[in-house]
Amino acid sequence: MVVIGAGMIGAACADALARRGMRVAVLDRGPVVGGTTGAGEGNLLVSDKGPGPELELAVESLRLWRELAEDLGPRALEYEPKGGLVVARDRQAFTELQASARLQCLSGVTTVEVPADALGELEPHLAPGLAGGVHYPQDAQVQPALAAAALLRRARDTGRVHLLAATTVTGLSEGRVETDAHGTLLCASVVNAAGTWSGEIAALAGATLPVLPRRGFVLVTEPLPPLVRHKVYAADYVADVASGSADLQSSAVVEGTAAGPVLIGASRERVGFDRGLSVPVLARLAAQAAELFPALREVRVLRAYRGFRPYLPDHLPAIGPDPERPWLFQACGHEGAGIGLAPATARLVAQLLDGEQPFMDPAPFGPGRFGKEQA
Amino acid sequence: MRRGPLDLVRARPETPFEFSFDGEPVTALPGQTVAAALWQAGHLAWRRTRLGDRPRGAFCGMGACYDCLVELDGTPNVRACLAPVRPGALVRTQRGDGHGELR
Amino acid sequence: MANSADAVDGHDLGDRHERYDLAVVGAGPAGLAAAAAAAEHGVRVALLDSAPWPGGQFYRQPAAELRASRPQALHHHWPAFQRLLARLDVARERVTLLADHHVWSVTGGSGAFAVRALTGPDQRQARQLTARQVLFATGAHERQLPFPGWTLPGVVGAGGAQAMLKAGLVLPGRHVVVAGSGPLLLAVASCLVTAGATVPLVAEAADYLGYARGARVLAANPGKLVEGAQHGATLLRHGVRLRPRTAVVAAHGTDRVEAVTLGRLDAAWRPVPGSEWRVPCDAVAVGHGLVPQLELPLELGCRTRRLPDGSAALVVDAAQRTSVPGVWAAGESTGVGGVQLAVTEGELAGLAVAGQTAAPRELLRRRARQRAFAELMAARHAPGGGWTQWLDDATEVCRCEEVTARQVRDAVSELGAPDQRTVKLLTRAGMGWCQARMCGPAVARLCGAHDDGAPTRPLSTPVPLGLLAECDTPAPPSEGAPDDHP
Repeated sequence: MVVIGAGMIGAACADALARRGMRVAVLDRGPVVGGTTGAGEGNLLVSDKGPGPELELAVESLRLWRELAEDLGPRALEYEPKGGLVVARDRQAFTELQASARLQCLSGVTTVEVPADALGELEPHLAPGLAGGVHYPQDAQVQPALAAAALLRRARDTGRVHLLAATTVTGLSEGRVETDAHGTLLCASVVNAAGTWSGEIAALAGATLPVLPRRGFVLVTEPLPPLVRHKVYAADYVADVASGSADLQSSAVVEGTAAGPVLIGASRERVGFDRGLSVPVLARLAAQAAELFPALREVRVLRAYRGFRPYLPDHLPAIGPDPERPWLFQACGHEGAGIGLAPATARLVAQLLDGEQPFMDPAPFGPGRFGKEQA
Repeated sequence: MRRGPLDLVRARPETPFEFSFDGEPVTALPGQTVAAALWQAGHLAWRRTRLGDRPRGAFCGMGACYDCLVELDGTPNVRACLAPVRPGALVRTQRGDGHGELR
Repeated sequence: MANSADAVDGHDLGDRHERYDLAVVGAGPAGLAAAAAAAEHGVRVALLDSAPWPGGQFYRQPAAELRASRPQALHHHWPAFQRLLARLDVARERVTLLADHHVWSVTGGSGAFAVRALTGPDQRQARQLTARQVLFATGAHERQLPFPGWTLPGVVGAGGAQAMLKAGLVLPGRHVVVAGSGPLLLAVASCLVTAGATVPLVAEAADYLGYARGARVLAANPGKLVEGAQHGATLLRHGVRLRPRTAVVAAHGTDRVEAVTLGRLDAAWRPVPGSEWRVPCDAVAVGHGLVPQLELPLELGCRTRRLPDGSAALVVDAAQRTSVPGVWAAGESTGVGGVQLAVTEGELAGLAVAGQTAAPRELLRRRARQRAFAELMAARHAPGGGWTQWLDDATEVCRCEEVTARQVRDAVSELGAPDQRTVKLLTRAGMGWCQARMCGPAVARLCGAHDDGAPTRPLSTPVPLGLLAECDTPAPPSEGAPDDHP
């Protein structure tokens, strides 16, 4: 097996395949965790997903993350089952939020409605005047780079996984992966977990996968005492994920970390691979965080990091074999949810590869759902 | 008395004043930064680190390393090597992230 | 060609922000020379610097209230500085000096750059201006290579000791060991002894004899020889011993430094076993050369090159233009080379910005000569790979996040981190307040690199969140590169 991409998805796939006894080479054109994995907050969220296949995948994935944390130790992943708190700024937003939470409940999500006067118990520093919120105890957090590295290490410890960093794939055909640094690798199947670059990888095999990058920024404050206890965000974030609009629609997800800094993230902007700094985008993140937590206003932002979230036109990942190339498995296009969805994605890939009954219907993630005309 | 930096540049500073460092009076010269005044008084450390609780003070002396963070008049995380010291200033050793008020 | 105000088509930026032809970031020797030269030819200049007075690190001066009548006693090339200030004064109608301005971001493109700065007590006020062109004279900070005990109070940067002395007229201790590598060490030691400290010795990790190989370049730079000789004479007069191929391999003490262990090094900077000896002291001034401060131009996409010492420096053409239109650079940001080269480059850049295309040939010759000397020095003081051998497991490499050498090495060997960025993601080394300015070069080298890396820092200085929130203003028209994805 060859897994292309040593980010979170590639690490989870390598681990899942190796544990089934397969021999795996993991390639990456750069270092481990060098792409989107190293530029995200590590959100393990069910709260931001509406009923549907992605939520089903997320519920299973968060269960697998709990198992991983027990297995590897929570410290190895900086796993924190802190829960999410989605707040509504006004009555109408709260009503919509409550309706959405009731639907999520039917898909196996635990939700707890929080009236306005009880928000302070969950988050003492939250701004006054909010209409209410919903608490999602399943939402959790890992440090994504650590988590991916820990999974890769566990995979390598099986003795069946080899990591080939700084290796670019130059050609891809059935049974053969051509590389610049390690020549031709012979393999039975290939897993494309190349994140924002997985469209290019697919193209090397002649396949079509319209993966596009969305730029996201995360602000990082100076180290603080535990000020924000959950993943806290405003309800308009939920609408944002499903949005196909090219206009910027950012809404801050605010959370504390074990190391001290508060992270403020979730700006989503479709700008291609421009790595340039957009001060207005950072300003909006800051403004929304300050609106939720006024005490942050005096706190300093030490840094901002940026990454590209790979997404597909219908905002669902591609998981499974290419319809015309059954040896090429796609595992990409998770947008901002790749860390959370990684273990279940890997499980699905491994089950499909092994010809097992998959734990859920993989059809909505079928890579064949994009006609060639969309390329 | 041995020759010092003030003699070297023939400085005739304005009248010295006092400020408080962890409750003790310290004498400073007008124009000095908090870090310079503390060095002059023989203090090299005015911060305890977040994880190891170890002493730190000025290191780079030019605002780049942030090792000299101190609590000045109730505000934490002030760079002592940049901030001018004023008469009556309340300078306190910063402990950890300095944000006890948010705990 | 007329001056730059006519040379670039302006965009309608509205009247919300101050507008200039040129923003010069950094008022050290290069920035002062550039601002003066440009303003003398009609360019309207904003000259920004984080310090309260112009001069940069080199010409740092005591605060006015200290009333020093001979500040030049701590400086070389003082008259040159006075001449620069006098020229700025003559051109004051066209130069706005914005002291105490910490620039945290420059965005935009040629014709419309937005320069955002923090000012006021504890940098808690915002100031934004717009400029058609921007010139980075952002200088350098010290390269630090850790050793056991280097976080003890009393162990300070060599440049830091000098800066505190020049500005605050204070010393970190009475007996100061000066150690590290690079020509700055002699200047620092000379400053310290002149100001009344004793310097038991200067430990230089490189081999001084190496200069002999570049004798031709040295001979072409008599100013440098004179300066070095003056420092040498001062140190000789004060009985300061100079020890090449020697390093502080550990500092000792509990709440402050009380002694150091010195060790002989081989040519690769590996400590020679059994060569260690102990020297009591109450302070250590240490630095291993200088690293250009490039975060602002890197955010604009300016290309860099590697100097022989592994530092990254901006690529500039004969007119000091960077690879990005409308962006210029002078001084240490184009490669550490000292005050004279900085002034020469600033002069050339200022003239070029003003559209004076025919630069005086003497200036061009001087730059070539001084640049050659700078590269020679960089090669002679390039850190040898053996320094990592004096680290023990517990040595803190990242001072802000208290990350040890052991943690960094584990990230490299156990988790497969091949570079500074990955180590940062896995250990937090470089994630703290200083944003890897102190540990970046060391971490890059612990990953096996022979260079300092060049970490990007989208915010070049911490920004209060409340002020950042207020920056949601319309960007200049060219801000944000176009969508490059089909």
